Amino acid sequence: MISQVFILSSKGDHLIYKDFRGEAGSDVVSIFYEMVTALTGDQPPVVMVTPCSHKDLHFVHVRQGGLYWVATTTADSSPFTVVEFLNRLTALVKDYCGTLSEKSVQMNFALIYELLDEVVDYGYVQTTSSDVLKNFIQTEAVSSRPFSLFDLSNVGLFGAETQQNKVAPSSASARPIQSSREQGGKSEIFVDVIERMSVVIGSNGVLMKADVQGEIRVKCYMPSCSEMRIGLNEEFSIGKSQLRGYGAAVRVDECSFHQAVRLDEFDSHRILRLCPSQGEQTVMQYQLSDNLPSAPPFRLFPTIERDNGGRLLMYMKLRCDLPPKTLSQELSSPDQSAELKPQSRAVVWEIPRFPGGTQLSALFKLDVPGLSSASMLEVGPVGLSFELPKITATGLQVRFLRLSPVQPGPSQRWVRYVTHSDSYTIRV
Amino acid sequence: MIKARLTLFRLSAATMPYLGSEDTVRELRRALCNPNVQSDQLRYRNAILKVIRAMSQGVDVSGLFSEMVKACATVDIVQKKLVYVFLCSYATLNPELSLLVINTLRKDCQDPNPMVRSLALRNMTNLRLPSLVEYVEQPLTAGLKDRAASVRRVAVLGWAKLHNLQTNSEIDAAVVNELYSLLRDPDPVVMVNCLRALEEILKEEGGVAINKPITHHLLNRLKECDIWGQCEVLRTLQRYRPQSEDELFDILSLLDASLVSPHPPVMAATLSLFLSLCPGVPAVSQAALERVRGPLLATCGSVSREMRFTALCHIQLLLRSLPGLMGAHYKRFFCGYAEPAYIKQRKMQVLVELVNDDNVAMLLDELRGYCTDVNTDTAQAAISALVSSCVILCGLGAGHIGRSYSDRCLEILIGLLGLKQEHITSAVVQTMRDLVWVCPQCSDTVCLAVEGCEETLQDGQGRQALLWLLGVYGERVSSAPYTLEVFIDGVRCEASLGVKMELLTASMRLFLCRPAEMQDMLGRLLHYCIEEETDICVRDQALLYYRLLHCGIEETRKVLQGRRSDPSLGVLIGRPAEPISQWACSFNTLEPLRQGAMETESASRGSPEHVTFDPKRNNDPSDTLNCGHDEEALHSGSDSAIVRTDSTADVLGSSLTVPLSLSVSPALSPEEFELLWLQPQVLHTEQGPEKMKADKDCVCVEEHVRCPEILHCSPQSLQAAMQLVNIQTLAFTPPHALPLRVYLYTHTQRARVAVTPHSTLILGELLYTGEGNQKVGQVDGGVVVVEGREDEQMKEGEQATADGLSGRDTGRTDREQDGVKVTLKQHPRDENALKGFLSILTTVLHTLSSESD
Repeated sequence: MISQVFILSSKGDHLIYKDFRGEAGSDVVSIFYEMVTALTGDQPPVVMVTPCSHKDLHFVHVRQGGLYWVATTTADSSPFTVVEFLNRLTALVKDYCGTLSEKSVQMNFALIYELLDEVVDYGYVQTTSSDVLKNFIQTEAVSSRPFSLFDLSNVGLFGAETQQNKVAPSSASARPIQSSREQGGKSEIFVDVIERMSVVIGSNGVLMKADVQGEIRVKCYMPSCSEMRIGLNEEFSIGKSQLRGYGAAVRVDECSFHQAVRLDEFDSHRILRLCPSQGEQTVMQYQLSDNLPSAPPFRLFPTIERDNGGRLLMYMKLRCDLPPKTLSQELSSPDQSAELKPQSRAVVWEIPRFPGGTQLSALFKLDVPGLSSASMLEVGPVGLSFELPKITATGLQVRFLRLSPVQPGPSQRWVRYVTHSDSYTIRV
Repeated sequence: MIKARLTLFRLSAATMPYLGSEDTVRELRRALCNPNVQSDQLRYRNAILKVIRAMSQGVDVSGLFSEMVKACATVDIVQKKLVYVFLCSYATLNPELSLLVINTLRKDCQDPNPMVRSLALRNMTNLRLPSLVEYVEQPLTAGLKDRAASVRRVAVLGWAKLHNLQTNSEIDAAVVNELYSLLRDPDPVVMVNCLRALEEILKEEGGVAINKPITHHLLNRLKECDIWGQCEVLRTLQRYRPQSEDELFDILSLLDASLVSPHPPVMAATLSLFLSLCPGVPAVSQAALERVRGPLLATCGSVSREMRFTALCHIQLLLRSLPGLMGAHYKRFFCGYAEPAYIKQRKMQVLVELVNDDNVAMLLDELRGYCTDVNTDTAQAAISALVSSCVILCGLGAGHIGRSYSDRCLEILIGLLGLKQEHITSAVVQTMRDLVWVCPQCSDTVCLAVEGCEETLQDGQGRQALLWLLGVYGERVSSAPYTLEVFIDGVRCEASLGVKMELLTASMRLFLCRPAEMQDMLGRLLHYCIEEETDICVRDQALLYYRLLHCGIEETRKVLQGRRSDPSLGVLIGRPAEPISQWACSFNTLEPLRQGAMETESASRGSPEHVTFDPKRNNDPSDTLNCGHDEEALHSGSDSAIVRTDSTADVLGSSLTVPLSLSVSPALSPEEFELLWLQPQVLHTEQGPEKMKADKDCVCVEEHVRCPEILHCSPQSLQAAMQLVNIQTLAFTPPHALPLRVYLYTHTQRARVAVTPHSTLILGELLYTGEGNQKVGQVDGGVVVVEGREDEQMKEGEQATADGLSGRDTGRTDREQDGVKVTLKQHPRDENALKGFLSILTTVLHTLSSESD
């Protein structure tokens, strides 16, 4: 049961406030902001309780898009439910407004009030399905996307279809779901295979831990779509015992599906059938621990020593073990940059592009006052954060994507693969 | 003309936030009343939008109520919705004007468009005005029978809102019946809303009736609901008690799919239901916990860090009952590079619990990596996690593996000292102090390590820990006198009270084992503290030591030697698995997430014994008197069996007037217990007056209970018996070992007259030494008699010396023949509750020993 919902900017501005049950006044917003800013960094902010002087208020909040999304509730309510609700709310707002930021929330506050009104009644969640909601939501989103020259780059010379035209721009799916109405039915569907790797590599180069959390996400901007069939690799297997097909096995440990997915063809042909609703939804989630089919994408060969002048020398050789692209011209990336962040005591090395099968090296010289041999212990670990487009760590692929009935007019189907680093740590 | 107006408009919009709220309201009113605006739908809507924007920014726009009421009568649904947002926020301030809206709303309830009908109905009930109830009832009744499901959904919840507006009014039985029949509505949301509404309306009768037909109906329709509905249904069903075992297992197998649901809320709600359905069948609950492991671990890796944290907190609950549940999956709890500190710390807490022979090497390596975290709190948490795992390894210590890895652990800690980082050194020294107390076998290594780290230590806590170590293990640290000399030379500039007192004690102790080196500087220190020190506590302590030295070296040794830890403590680390019922009620509530915050608050450390005095008591004579009186009463109670029963009856009588109840929740982990048990009272003194007040509230009492047969009953039966009266046993020595030790705790709850329930925490130790009792009694009694007594003695004046103490003790040991020594600590102090607790404990012990006869 949710008593109030409010959205605050990181500076504490009130963006949205909605009281569902009229049990506490609106002054709780400032109480919350005082409490959350008084916390030191290491205290868990998920649940906070006001001091007993006040009526015992329980705040549960999530942070997304630089905003605080807060719900007040009672002590016996389920944290899983409230956190999931707030996450779902942010997803809905993102679906409807295109992006999630202070600006987009500010511009679309009427829409968000309307959403909240339909989603929650008297503190009880009624529905969060965008299929149901689209019948009720009347306000149109105000897009906050600034005009950009990049949007024009897709227009080919004399209308010729360029290579770029065949690749969906990454911003293509960051748009409000309803804009299809105005845009005259430009119906698109995106199927994203997103994997998050968390890897720990020991100082001796041994892979200590490798986890992959993956999901297939469908973003649908299609006004009418009755059924969609997604075909996965035939060799896809779940658990340890099964082995299918003759190709390299694509294996995951555990796998779960959205409840709208029909699995009658899954066992025989690895086909998921579903009727996608408008907006974004996660169709399938899977995990794989420890036995990755391929080597980890990046290896680091560090050498750390002291020179005579009491400086710390860090020589980093970073190798990307991904298959090389056929056409990779740029072997050295001119746009690299490195910066020392004294606040977090870290050196940040940014590499904009890193083609597969290549190697980069860098030498960092640091002046450290009072450097001793023992301080060498303090160096490390190295954390990598990266995004690998067109690659999945598990090897999961979408064989085909069919819509039925066949869509009239131009419809575009996109399948995108991306692997993120959730946490990629290399000890030195 | 148009252009001019446009610029004007833009100007006013741009400057609006900077105007006072009155100007804003005036501006808005002008726009709303402008007939030109009203005739143009788009401009009218924009003006209303501005009002709502001002409202959500916190500007008081209630003055525009009548204008907004007018704007309500429109065909534009977007405008209607906006106006309703406004009206619902301000209706309670304008009850009279709100009457005007009702007509429009009632008209909308007849609208052919179901969206308009549901909108009107929802906002009619959201106005929260008791005066409007009579107008609302009729449309609500009609709403229950509406064709459109969306209207029925709203109408059902509308009745709950109406009921809460006037809780004292009689509920119309017809409405309740109608709501019950709507449980069979084809729309699943209507069904779930009916459950919610009935729960609220029938709150006084204990909520909606959950009988067999309703339960089975709800279970069968569970699949139709979305996850929110499923959670609600599962939660309501927790009240159901199956009539037969067959039915129970039918329900459980129906629910199996939702137990492994990919949606964390459904999974958690189902597990909660499982635990409440079969409290008597531990095998089933255990199987459910194992089944839920996969989804819970997946939630731990969720994208949302808030969800990760929630899952981690609940995993900690599960581990209390099934410590081995996650053993094989320890890698899932390795900290991510960019995770926030609060998740890292939780993960470390979990990791420590998962230490076993197979993963220990990997785990230690991982924890070592966290010790140099940039965040100092995370680094300190990692260091104490390292020590906790070291303690566990010492516990496993009999085997070769445990031994070699606890050495590895120490090696890591010593390596950290080499970093010469202030916060790391401080944390390491503090944890080392705790470590040698629990695992005395590590002391040799620790003694070697602490040499030379005084240069890096800056904070009071760290230096206090170092001084304690030097005092206790001084004879093995070759440079100890020189280190102390540095401290003694700098005592004039020393700001921390705790450090000064610890310095006095450490110097005295070191003097006892290395008199030649220490004599001169101890003299200087005592001279300074007695002659020049302004703080009364330090001066008093110095005086006490000075007079103690006059009584001879043997007496001094007796007083100062203090409690040494004994290696048998190591066995106590193996914690018994808690029964699931201990935490089942707090599963899937906010409780487990809150506990973390409280733990960090109470995480202050102190020396692991009580050699220093509590200076606050000295300033408060009445308190001291009370304490002394209380203690005498307790002792007289234990004099003989007859007197004891009398006093017990007396205590029971008094506790009847103020009912005392014990409870084991919130649960206390062994680490917390250890911390509280070992915490001497003086250590907060430097933290300001508020803390002092809080500290005055703890009390330590010792008592002897006569029950010779206690040795013959097994620890399990002891634990079971204690649990019957809500006392939790945390640790005990193996059966038939001597001395027998049991550690336990409980919370007391006493409803004081017209005051909120007052609760205290009692920690206790039972010690049964068997035949060798008399000897032990003498040695032990020297220092740890009763905190209160020592203070009293301090206050009484300087003539009370060690011989007075020992005289009293020898008198008492005669009566201690085959008794169990009970040492109790209470926070905050509450004599009556303590007496009540003691009588309960005595009864349990007597029952046990008479049973085993």
